[in-house]
Amino acid sequence: MSLIGAKVLRKEDPNLITGQGLYVDDLQPAGCAFMATVRSTQPHARIVAVDTSAARSIDGVLAAWTATDIANLPARPSSLPGMDMPLITGDVARFVGDIVAVVVAADRSTAADAAEAVIVDYEPLPAVASLGQALATDAPMIHPVLQGNTVFFQDYTEDLSAEFAAAPRTASLSLVNNRCAPVPIEPNVVLADWGPAGLTVWAAFQAPHHLRNTIAAFFGISQDTTRVIAPDVGGGFGAKINFASEIFLAAALSRALSRPVKYTQTRSECMVAMFHGRAQEHKVDVAFDDSGKILALKVQVTQDQGAYPDATGMGLPVLTTAMSAGCYKIPKVAVSWRNVVTNTTPVAAYRGAGRPEASYMIERVIDLVADETGVDPIEVRKTNFIPADGFPYQTHSPLAVYDSGNFAGALDELLRHVDYPALKAEQAARMADPTEKLLGIGFSSWLEIAGFGPPGSLEAFGHLASWESAQVRVQPDGSAIIYTGASPHGQGTVTTFAQIAADQLGIDFDRISVRHGDTAVIPQGIGTMGSRAVAVGGEGVKTASTRVFERAKKIAAHLLEATEDDIVVENEEFHVRGTPSKSVPWSQVAWKSFQPLELPAGMEPGSLDATVFQQVPNFSFPSGAYCCVVEIDRETGEVEIRNMYLVDDCGTVINPMLVEGQVHGGVAQGIAQALYEHMQYDESGVPRTATLMDYLVPAAPDLPGYVSGRTVTLNPSNTLGAKGVGESGSVGAPPAVINAVVDALSHLGVKHIDMPATPQKIWSILRGSK
Amino acid sequence: MSTIETHTTRVTVTVNGREVSEEVEPRTLLVHFLREQARLTGTHVGCDTSNCGACTVLIDGEAAKSCTVLAVQANGHKVTTVEGVGNGSGGFSPVQEGFRQEHGLQCGYCTPGMIMACTALLTENPKPNEHEIREALEGNLCRCTGYETIVRAVQWAATNGGAGEWA
Repeated sequence: MSLIGAKVLRKEDPNLITGQGLYVDDLQPAGCAFMATVRSTQPHARIVAVDTSAARSIDGVLAAWTATDIANLPARPSSLPGMDMPLITGDVARFVGDIVAVVVAADRSTAADAAEAVIVDYEPLPAVASLGQALATDAPMIHPVLQGNTVFFQDYTEDLSAEFAAAPRTASLSLVNNRCAPVPIEPNVVLADWGPAGLTVWAAFQAPHHLRNTIAAFFGISQDTTRVIAPDVGGGFGAKINFASEIFLAAALSRALSRPVKYTQTRSECMVAMFHGRAQEHKVDVAFDDSGKILALKVQVTQDQGAYPDATGMGLPVLTTAMSAGCYKIPKVAVSWRNVVTNTTPVAAYRGAGRPEASYMIERVIDLVADETGVDPIEVRKTNFIPADGFPYQTHSPLAVYDSGNFAGALDELLRHVDYPALKAEQAARMADPTEKLLGIGFSSWLEIAGFGPPGSLEAFGHLASWESAQVRVQPDGSAIIYTGASPHGQGTVTTFAQIAADQLGIDFDRISVRHGDTAVIPQGIGTMGSRAVAVGGEGVKTASTRVFERAKKIAAHLLEATEDDIVVENEEFHVRGTPSKSVPWSQVAWKSFQPLELPAGMEPGSLDATVFQQVPNFSFPSGAYCCVVEIDRETGEVEIRNMYLVDDCGTVINPMLVEGQVHGGVAQGIAQALYEHMQYDESGVPRTATLMDYLVPAAPDLPGYVSGRTVTLNPSNTLGAKGVGESGSVGAPPAVINAVVDALSHLGVKHIDMPATPQKIWSILRGSK
Repeated sequence: MSTIETHTTRVTVTVNGREVSEEVEPRTLLVHFLREQARLTGTHVGCDTSNCGACTVLIDGEAAKSCTVLAVQANGHKVTTVEGVGNGSGGFSPVQEGFRQEHGLQCGYCTPGMIMACTALLTENPKPNEHEIREALEGNLCRCTGYETIVRAVQWAATNGGAGEWA
């Protein structure tokens, strides 16, 4: 019986539900010292002096470093030349959270005391806190290497003025994709131990091999004596692919002090130090006809990079550009984009990374066209969809060749769950009765680019390559161990990869272990991000398992004196097809695979071991259709999501329970962006939402239940047919929610409302309308 | 050499039925006492403003965020952590089993606190409805699940043994 598609309980859970998980902060080796940071309280300031003498004089303090102590070390990896992020900044602090000094002490609380005792003398400089300020004439500048604050500008690829001039109708929209803090419940944590035999770094990280390669290059040491371990990781959401300065500082301090050094970020530090996501602004022009057919689309993307551009952050608008047309056949699309620095926390990957921004834009545009033409939003979508037989589909972007999907099919499946006419009738009735809450109905037909990726794709973001490694090794007793370079942090990879291997090997799921997250154990690896674990890493497990199985069949055929083609496996027994009595158990085949005297001629011992560097020819394109129904309180402006209907097409489902979990989690973060979360700065660049008291991460009462459905189109780029699902919800949910909110308020003339749709914003609209 | 004056005080807490007695600084939080003195690392720290609930434990049977309690305040009291639920020989409590059955966890970081909050809820209210479950978990943040599967985990536990027993 195939385990692909089966609801299998997770192998990960017994440890995690009993408190036996192992997160980096749980480690406390002998002699462990503790690092704490001193961070700039100023958005932009010249650092006149940093006085560490009081800190150094505290009993138990082992080191207090400023920029001069690391003058021989490079800047933070993944920086841009001339705009490098120093590990410790010496001359100028460029955002609130920039590291100014670090201290190390024998215990955690002394380290905190020492950090408090460091005195920093700042001379404030004018700051730019927003894109508007950064791009204004005579704006204060952050990096002298730049002319102004634009790091990179890409002009429109095509002039569409003729199309717009000839179009029957045009409309425009300005959108802000609000800056979000990723907030994994485990912040950044690192433990570095630099001993005579080499450097070992335990880090809450999504891509340990990527970190190993980078750390070795950073310190000029050899990769063979550099080991990175990502044990249990408490959520990542993209933010734990970034090279946090603290990782390199802890390693440098461990080398200097000859003892392990641990750094555990506080939440309030994490809110300003862990790179943020989104922070994009769009100006959109759309040309269309009376039927709602879109003729041309022009998008201007402005990406806030924060104070120091990061290689991943720089790529965000590239992904937004690629996905700007969503699931629609738009004859002409032109996108221009600009990366801009501000005196704020750097911006990089956060669940969806550039794609939620695109889907939010195009799905808001669809509703705008519906509003302008009076054609129902459902019809506008159907009018413009790429048809189910329209694949492969070359978009306006060379990066995106859509390979599969059925957008109308997903919307139809959604409408099977949603009684749209009844909702429309209820909406009208409520509108007429001022004592009732307003009702809004919002849709999104979303599409994302995932499964990173074809050769060259991750290389562009600084990774070694875009494959994922898988090693399948059968043990002498017939159990198997899978080694994967994908490094999970909640996805359930140990379970899904064992399901995939069990199917190919014919070995029981319970006798397959999956190892990950340790560069000394896993051959090589890339990591978990961009919804790639199953689509690339899982495919690798399948390929390697198939190779091992073919060899096992050879051995079984030899032992059974039969021909290989006649061998099948059932219940961990190899037998000759049609003759179940002539059999040999997997355990025997495994045992004998190590004994030269038992092997067929030409076969080496230890052959039931295969390593694969799985490549894929294209990205994958998960898609779906969501519907959100909101109720809005006319007195308070509060939005409550009454229903959330979710239809996902992630291709083949390995484990429906885990797919549902990924969708729910992504949708929750999408709703959070749409209604609650906004990392805000005041005009001078001081963060206003730098604690969990000010930044609203939703709790259970703030989120709805979900109704889920599914359509399946297979991913043609791998044999599993799986597309990836980790980011889908965060791509699909925000436009559905905002379309619903705007729908509820459209009778008041509301054309758009920026995220998050807070009670305050809506109350102001409702009050203004009275 | 100037030093910050530090005093220590003896704190004795019964943790999961076992007496833990240590000299600690008076400012030591209970969560750090549990993690560093009792060396029970199942209780996690997720914030510094008492918002996230990853550090939730039971004090004399009632849910409390152990980052809001000084170790000295717990002196002489009974504390139960995630390591103290279940039958002690590898069997899971109904709440733990509910989280496994209903996929109430992904990365697992908030899970010990969630399990303790849910255990306290089912002790107080053995048959909570969905609204009561969501309200009771208001002080515990999960970034992975979106909460629906956690609600189902509590419902599973409610129909399969309830809060269970703990040390």
